[in-house]
Amino acid sequence: MKNNETILRVENIHKSFGDLEVLKGVSFDVKRGETICFIGPSGTGKSTLLRCINLLTQPDQGSVWLGDAEVTNSGKSINHFRQRIGMVFQNFFLFDHLTAVRNVEVALIKVRGMKPKEAREKALDELRQVGMEEWAEHYPAELSGGQAQRVSIARALAMNPDVILFDEPTSALDPELTREVLEVMKKLALAGMTMLVVTHEMGFACSVANRIMFMEHGEIKEQGSPEELMNDTKFERCRNFIGQFDQINGD
Amino acid sequence: MDQSEFLFQILLPLLMEGFAVTIKLIVLTAPFGLILGILVAVGRVYGSKPISLLCKGAVGFIKGTPLLLMLFILYFGLPSVGITLSAFVASLVGFIMCNGAYNSEYIRGAISSVKEDQMIAAQALGMTRMQAVRHIILPQALIRSIPGLSNEFIYLIKYSSLAYMLTVIELTGAGKMVATKYFEFTEVFMIVGMGYLLLVTITTIAVMLIERKVAVPGMTQSGRNMLDIL
Repeated sequence: MKNNETILRVENIHKSFGDLEVLKGVSFDVKRGETICFIGPSGTGKSTLLRCINLLTQPDQGSVWLGDAEVTNSGKSINHFRQRIGMVFQNFFLFDHLTAVRNVEVALIKVRGMKPKEAREKALDELRQVGMEEWAEHYPAELSGGQAQRVSIARALAMNPDVILFDEPTSALDPELTREVLEVMKKLALAGMTMLVVTHEMGFACSVANRIMFMEHGEIKEQGSPEELMNDTKFERCRNFIGQFDQINGD
Repeated sequence: MDQSEFLFQILLPLLMEGFAVTIKLIVLTAPFGLILGILVAVGRVYGSKPISLLCKGAVGFIKGTPLLLMLFILYFGLPSVGITLSAFVASLVGFIMCNGAYNSEYIRGAISSVKEDQMIAAQALGMTRMQAVRHIILPQALIRSIPGLSNEFIYLIKYSSLAYMLTVIELTGAGKMVATKYFEFTEVFMIVGMGYLLLVTITTIAVMLIERKVAVPGMTQSGRNMLDIL
């Protein structure tokens, strides 16, 4: 596994909903092991962009490449790509009728064709990774938001994806629960998982991301490492956006 | 002939024979009716347009015509196009169609009560739409349709008596024969009624046990309360 290998390439993605053009040609490359945070005002297409990557939303134009294979226009084999592109949602989307451990193992058994016993072991392993092993037999309704989100991260991890998309993973959580989820994500990033994170957690973005993409009006307006964005004068718009949070926080 | 002799030596043995036929009708109808209901519901919600329309039309037709009429067509009508069914099989076919059609409506309602995000999450894991329906959507929908399905099962217990109109001697038919022969209408039909009541009562208790068994916290009212765990 080469370290500088480009694992994901997004080229010129356009998407409109009716008259509203949500994405106006977004392109970027992701190297294996990179963590990229997408920040920016609400309604600028960040979540839509993530959904266009695994085709949960079909882009109008543009292409997505995972390694050397094209994800867009992949027809039926989209399901193979989706196994390799994990996704974590804002509202967890755990399967309501399954316990935590069965949430994690169900795709292993039904999609990967893994033996139930093997899948259970793997699922418990992943739950251990996110500190949820003790809650394996509990149903989603019995979990706090932070716990549910950690289970959903374990569910994505279990498929051994090449990249995980996080769609505002902490936006539905209070600050304390947010921290427990961010800690798990930070651990993953440090362990070399490739992650694309749409987030409003500036602290997380600045401390964990290799690159931050500032999006506005359906375009990546500014991008760079956290240091560049905070210090370089040419990234004024992004700094102003982040600055608003600082003022409210009072520091 | 005194009452107890009539009851134990004539009435009950004959009724038991009819009772056995009634149970046979119900037991053979219910699983196929459930499978048909699931297929039709899935066809309506997730099928292509022609399949969806076909399912909708068939359900509309069955719901819109009396079951008795359907049974008459199956038994008396079909021979004219070369299909001859025994009275028992014709009843069975009619019951399965009727049971399946109504079951499909309960299941369809339950499917649409499953949140869209369950499908999205399943697809994001690489499941095909049909895999998601089978492993994620349907299990949830079926749990939610238990009350409706059990209601339909109870109807089935009672409308199984329509088989008598096709000369199948089930519980009601057996009762009718004894009653007309011995002129003991009230007594006989009360006992027949108790037979149905017994079946419905057993069903009701069984459904309660099933509901308790499959209850999922947060999905059903009878699920464990969050407070119990903490």
